[in-house]
Amino acid sequence: MRISLTVNGVREEAEVEPRLLLVHLLRDRLGLTGTSVGCDSTSCGACTVLLDGESVKSCTVLAVQAEAAEVVTIEGVAADGELSPLQAAFQKHHALQCGYCTPGMIMAATSLLKERPDPTEEDVRRGLEGNLCRCTGYRGIVDAVLEVASEGGAR
Amino acid sequence: MTSMVGAAVVRKEDPNFLMGRGTYVDNLQLPGTLHMAFVRSVEPHARLGGIDLTRARLVPGVVGAFAAADFPSLPSLGGPSPALERPTLATDTVRFVGEPVAVVVARDRYAAADGAAAVRVDYEPLPAVPSLQAALAEGAAILFPEAGSNVVNEMPMADDAEAELGAAPHRLPLRLVNQRLAAAPMEPMAVAADWGPSTLTVWASCQAPHGVRNRLSALLGKPSHEIRVIAPDVGGGFGAKASWYPELLLAPLLSRRLGRPVTYVESRSENLVAMTQGRDQVQDIEVGFDDDGRILALKVMVTQDVGGYPYGDAPGLPFLTMIMAAGCYRVPKVAAGFRAVVTNTTPVSAYRGAGRPEGSYLIERVVELIADETGVDPLEVRRRNFIPFDAFPYPTHLGPVYDSGDYQASLAKLMEMVDYDSLRREQAGRRDDGSAPLLGIGFSTFVELGGVGPSALMEGFGGLGGWESARARVNPDGSVVLLVGTSPHGQGHETMFSQIAADVLQVPFERISVLHGDTATVQEGIGTFGSRSTPVGGEAVKRASLRAREKAAQIAAHILEAAPEDLDMVDGRFVVRGSPDRGVDWAEVANKAYRPTQLGDIEAGIEAAATFEPPNLTFPSGAHCCVVEVDRETGKVGIRRYVAVDDCGVLVNPLMAEGQIMGGVTQGIAQALYEKVTYDGGGQPLTTTLAEYLVPSAAELPRFEMGHTVTPTPSNSLGAKGIGESGATAAPQAVVNAVVDALSHLGVRDLEMPLTPERVWRAMQGGAR
Amino acid sequence: MIPAPFDYVRAGSVDEAVSLLGRHGEDAKLLAGGHSLLPLMKLRVAAPAVLIDVGRLAELRYVRDAGDQVAIGAMTRHRDLETSELLGREVPLLRHAAAQVGDPQVRHRGTLGGSLAHADPAADLPAVILALDGTMVAQGPGGRRTIPASEFFRSIFESALAPDEVLTEVRVPKVPGQRWAFSKFNQRAQDWAIVGVAAQRRDGDVGVALVHMGQTPLRAAETEAAVRQGAGPADASALADRGTDPPGDLSASPEYRRHLARVLVRRALERL
Repeated sequence: MRISLTVNGVREEAEVEPRLLLVHLLRDRLGLTGTSVGCDSTSCGACTVLLDGESVKSCTVLAVQAEAAEVVTIEGVAADGELSPLQAAFQKHHALQCGYCTPGMIMAATSLLKERPDPTEEDVRRGLEGNLCRCTGYRGIVDAVLEVASEGGAR
Repeated sequence: MTSMVGAAVVRKEDPNFLMGRGTYVDNLQLPGTLHMAFVRSVEPHARLGGIDLTRARLVPGVVGAFAAADFPSLPSLGGPSPALERPTLATDTVRFVGEPVAVVVARDRYAAADGAAAVRVDYEPLPAVPSLQAALAEGAAILFPEAGSNVVNEMPMADDAEAELGAAPHRLPLRLVNQRLAAAPMEPMAVAADWGPSTLTVWASCQAPHGVRNRLSALLGKPSHEIRVIAPDVGGGFGAKASWYPELLLAPLLSRRLGRPVTYVESRSENLVAMTQGRDQVQDIEVGFDDDGRILALKVMVTQDVGGYPYGDAPGLPFLTMIMAAGCYRVPKVAAGFRAVVTNTTPVSAYRGAGRPEGSYLIERVVELIADETGVDPLEVRRRNFIPFDAFPYPTHLGPVYDSGDYQASLAKLMEMVDYDSLRREQAGRRDDGSAPLLGIGFSTFVELGGVGPSALMEGFGGLGGWESARARVNPDGSVVLLVGTSPHGQGHETMFSQIAADVLQVPFERISVLHGDTATVQEGIGTFGSRSTPVGGEAVKRASLRAREKAAQIAAHILEAAPEDLDMVDGRFVVRGSPDRGVDWAEVANKAYRPTQLGDIEAGIEAAATFEPPNLTFPSGAHCCVVEVDRETGKVGIRRYVAVDDCGVLVNPLMAEGQIMGGVTQGIAQALYEKVTYDGGGQPLTTTLAEYLVPSAAELPRFEMGHTVTPTPSNSLGAKGIGESGATAAPQAVVNAVVDALSHLGVRDLEMPLTPERVWRAMQGGAR
Repeated sequence: MIPAPFDYVRAGSVDEAVSLLGRHGEDAKLLAGGHSLLPLMKLRVAAPAVLIDVGRLAELRYVRDAGDQVAIGAMTRHRDLETSELLGREVPLLRHAAAQVGDPQVRHRGTLGGSLAHADPAADLPAVILALDGTMVAQGPGGRRTIPASEFFRSIFESALAPDEVLTEVRVPKVPGQRWAFSKFNQRAQDWAIVGVAAQRRDGDVGVALVHMGQTPLRAAETEAAVRQGAGPADASALADRGTDPPGDLSASPEYRRHLARVLVRRALERL
């Protein structure tokens, strides 16, 4: 069936099978490969994007469910090639190593900061409980999010 | 110029990842790519009956479906002997759930999944032996009848230390289990292959692209200059992406057969049964010691589960456990041996630490038991047994020589960060207060083995050697390109090697690029594993840079009409010693380096190569402390503090070194509290998704605190030991020791990992699970 | 990772959803947030031939004052419950529990109706609604009916809904100012409860319901009776696992679950 949605501010239309997962629409049909797949049990959060401003695991959303929605992926975060405050903070605090979980982590953190602009460390850790990282041990990620929160927001 | 080595600079490679521009294999999207899917055995041990591919071939979008019989002379994945080889696709017998039986290729991943689901396989189940106990039992089914036994490798003890154990004032047995873990990198395995008219190109999420190329060359009968292997961005490896997988061979073969690129991307469920797994040892230990807690004799017999095929590193890994069994301690007599056993489970190979965490775990539990028996404080037992600072280089009982270390200093530094007396008072107070969780304090003083390694040792593991290569090339504008034979999967090599070269060449850090992971452009290399990239790769980079600088100095000397030995480098300028106004900067040297008209007899160009053969392994060490709280009613463990003091010799980038520690410690904590690959009695895997295999999130972990001591290694001129596996080596016992400490007043002396709430609860009741 | 193929249709109204269910029968499943159903379909454990998407029925997304009850539309997401001021005042137990479901991403998609209709005894909100003595409103071809929570959960993954019925609304009694407790015991924060307890004081009575202690969420009936008779938390909670049939799995044995139920119920009662 035919769907249309907005992705990173660009209107997109596609002819899709009902079972096409949103993450595969983004990766395979729209070439937005920044969003990764890390599991098949909705556990890891690597596929996290914003759907109408809220974080969702795009592996557990059908593309057809995203009809008329506004989706923001990691590719829509930096403006004009400049790292956003959250991206810059991730670099500063060494919040990534292999980078595979990073786009999902940034989208989840963006949504977290929108809903909770002044989080404690505990809030941040709980708020990222759906995002797994195998490399960093999370301290850099937590510090990056706390720094951005203290400076007034993700974007 | 301030030194770049030692600077906590942020990473150059980050912007690509942060912007979602990582080049992981599944991001490639070559035109015309076909997708490959496996049909995997659902039986742990069975004869293969018929494989019916007809329905699969009719699924829309499916281009082909193949079993072993469809490949003429399909090479195997190797093994220690012909009788013990692992087939690329199962032929007559399957030996673990998840073993590939057939492969389907389709125009997209959805059709490939449908095709795989339409394959019908007949299995004639055989008795399964999915555990060490089952595989070693009298009358157990033998996985490889030609071998006659499920014991596929062994190193008997040279002697059993009975005299020394018998003479010791105290003697204790101990049985420990180091449970099976899944590497579970966030990116599962992925391979793409494009077999063109003359060149085969393979993109592999791997740790050693040159090794992959060489092996493909041997297996395919195609000369290596016609094979290009690229490790693009790799989403974590942890040792498991150094293993050899069926897809590495099948994707190229299918690409050749079908005339199009073929890609394979593993799902997580597949990954948790197909990627080689780690640890899985049972250790039977006896220790002899005196009233002061001095260890007099240690006997360790390791039984290693290698999984359904002994084709990975597992049959030899216990040797590393044996080497490290005495840890940081001076033990007069060590006797060790092992046997490696096949079982109907996923094959086992290297996983972060690869045999050494098993060794450090055992000795650190032994030390705690000694403390418990003698009443000597566990820290004091450690101090009394430490190899002293002046005893290095220290030859271990099996030959490898510890390079350097100051274990007393690391522990002392740790104790500055931990208010031990206050914690003990708090612990005592809580024992009397029924409403508060119990408090436990655990320590881990460890030494581990890195910088692999001297080629004589590496050849024993089947590699070309343990050297590493680097080339340094200065461009006409004075910017620098380094080509390194290592292959990162999160370690930040582009940053780290730039720091080393920046210091040697006195070229700005920002004007250095690092190329890696492409066998077409990068010279022969060994790859990244065994904590080797800094101590071995870094030294190669340093030497290549030094040679490049020498060439540049020759050119500068020519320009300045001086002798090269009369020149110094000061802030990126070549100056004549004693005449600081007579100098020439890099820009001019680099430009003229490519102008023969300016060079007299000197050959144009500035490019130098180096291959560094390490004279020894390195031995990073450290002292960690874990403070836990245990809910006295439920047994749930929470980590209140985790403090790590590490000694990796000279730190090239402290920010990145701490990242490696935190990541490794997290995996170690996960081993202690959360993770275990579990099979049921019939050999069916139970931990097949990340909902059952409990990789922890930020919510489960504390804010790590870190410190460092520095004992440089003499094994390279950087003094750097490497650090990648230290955290995973140190942490499990720190946590277990802490929980046992929390429960010691209840008579608990030992606990098996993972310390699930139920297991802890049962221990508190006096039972065991 | 890839679901089996299926047909998909969007229902523009509840009536249309009912009619579609009637037409497709056992072949069809309703799709709301998809966070109970899609994970099963991706592992090919479930493979319905038809998905009827009710997720866009905006008219079913509400949290309303309904006199002495709060009425919640079935398409209300956990996130909506988590942020509802009305619930915060009138039924804080539900608001608090909704904030514990899954993780933030899951809560942005998962719905109350979807969770209840899925009837997983390991899920949090069925036990909460049971503890509150809530009422479900279902619409079928014959019209509308109400089903008390005590009759709604039949067995594991089986609710009292007929195959052609749609859960449209959940009603819970207002309990402003009355004490409550919720606890979810797990290893990782994102995990399902190994055992969970939802407890609500309603004047002299307590409603205590257990997560993951049987084929459905279960009321700790003997505990409740003991409290009614004046027993204290320790004595009343000792009865918490009576009438339960807890499973054994990778996380816990039945025996440990029974122990946890008693401990968690005692702690909950101490808060009431």
